[in-house]
Amino acid sequence: MTAVLPSRAPARQRPTGGKLIDQFEYGLDAPICLTWELTYACNLACVHCLSSSGRRDPRELSTAEAEAVIDELQRMQVFYVNVGGGEPTVRPDFWHLLDYAIGHDVGVKFSTNGIKLDKARAEQLARTDYVDVQISLDGATAEVNDAVRGTGSFATATRALENLAEAGMKDFKVSVVVTRENAGQLDDFKALTDSYGAQLRITRFRPSGRGADVWDRLHPTQAQQRDLYQWLLANGDNVLTGDSFFHLSAFGEALPGLNLCGAGRVVCLIDPVGDVYACPFAIHENFLAGNVRGEGGFQRVWQDSELFADLRNPQTGGACTKCQHFDSCRGGCMAAKFFTGLPLDGPDPECVQGYGETALAARDLELVTPKSHIDHSHKGPVRGQATLLGMPAIPAKICDESPLAGLQLS
Amino acid sequence: MRGVLIDAALVTDPAAGPQSAAESVTIPRDEVPFDPSVPWRKSPSVALRPEPFGALVYHFGNRKLSFLKSMPLVAVVKALQDHPDVHSTLVACGVPEAEHRAYVTALATLSRSQMIERQ
Repeated sequence: MTAVLPSRAPARQRPTGGKLIDQFEYGLDAPICLTWELTYACNLACVHCLSSSGRRDPRELSTAEAEAVIDELQRMQVFYVNVGGGEPTVRPDFWHLLDYAIGHDVGVKFSTNGIKLDKARAEQLARTDYVDVQISLDGATAEVNDAVRGTGSFATATRALENLAEAGMKDFKVSVVVTRENAGQLDDFKALTDSYGAQLRITRFRPSGRGADVWDRLHPTQAQQRDLYQWLLANGDNVLTGDSFFHLSAFGEALPGLNLCGAGRVVCLIDPVGDVYACPFAIHENFLAGNVRGEGGFQRVWQDSELFADLRNPQTGGACTKCQHFDSCRGGCMAAKFFTGLPLDGPDPECVQGYGETALAARDLELVTPKSHIDHSHKGPVRGQATLLGMPAIPAKICDESPLAGLQLS
Repeated sequence: MRGVLIDAALVTDPAAGPQSAAESVTIPRDEVPFDPSVPWRKSPSVALRPEPFGALVYHFGNRKLSFLKSMPLVAVVKALQDHPDVHSTLVACGVPEAEHRAYVTALATLSRSQMIERQ
């Protein structure tokens, strides 16, 4: 399992003092925060879903098991969890678990497509302390968004934003995955977000889950990455990024935040069936550290897993450590390398110095990129399903396409 | 607010010296100066978690995350509530006189992010 990791020094001693980022490379007693996907069920079928969600897994944690996980997170003083899915709000016990977590000193930030955020829920959330809401939107216009997330998803998201704004909810977020299609809309996203009194959060698109199938087509171009970097330098103070763009720091000036891969060191993922992975973008058996249902629970996985111990040794070998920009980008994103078939101690596929493109071009033609065996994608058609790959959608009624369709004008 | 890996504003212990742009703190012009002569305490909305390098401090209200990069500073923050002012806290915690100024600066930073508050 650990053979895929870059070469590292044999378990070195944690240094005393020094920079915080160096301390973080050795890991923490508990994660600062973690991502917890409550269900693989989702009403949408986004083309780039990082967890290949769609159908519920029958082995998903029960309400009692989820409560036990929260109890454990409270004991470990995990300050908050990023709840996602799937679509977490379709779990019937979602609102109960939200209250349970907050009642046990575990703050909650949850991501949703907005499907369940009607006026009543928005008012409930506005009254609740220690909860943050992120509405996912991958286009500043319905056209761009719905091509990726499905017909009607822009309308659903903006309705939820309206409800939250109307309810007086503070500091809710609009969460955007930056793609080739929407990279030119950053100012529009900012304006849209401001119009609801919300805060913009943009994150990096990774080739994880179904994202691997569309990555070649959707990941930002080199020119777009440079524009994005400039935009972040200009707007970084008012925009959240989840520190996901640290690979861009190799352009020059470091971006605000933590420029480090936190996988297994300061963050991790608990998936709907209780499996613990190094990071939300690494749902693959190579990055599976254990299960919360095992003896010793989550704490034992976090503190004792062999995989995490390995991740907590700073990388010492590989091509990147010889690069003058290594201190800025630290070799980039582990998941992005893994799912594009690149070695983990080499450059990120989107390396801004161009080494990633070279590495991608040098891949063996026979190479089959690693594929996760975890796939909960819908088997059948989903209403409004995105049709990114050039398949024209079949209009239910001919006038759905154009009010003038079929009309003969002479 | 800036995003850390985890989207919490990052404020660090200046006693350990400036680290990087990401860890610096902008002082607002209209700020009330930190007054070490009055009693302080850790904010009730703040959780302090021990770590091998010191402690993590998280404010559940403003979602800010701070890092205390030395064990003595952790002890000082915890002890604040038992003393009438900062100076007597530092003396009680055995902080050498020569380091008092650095500790006051660190505490001023923590008060700016509301991690500690006046009693």
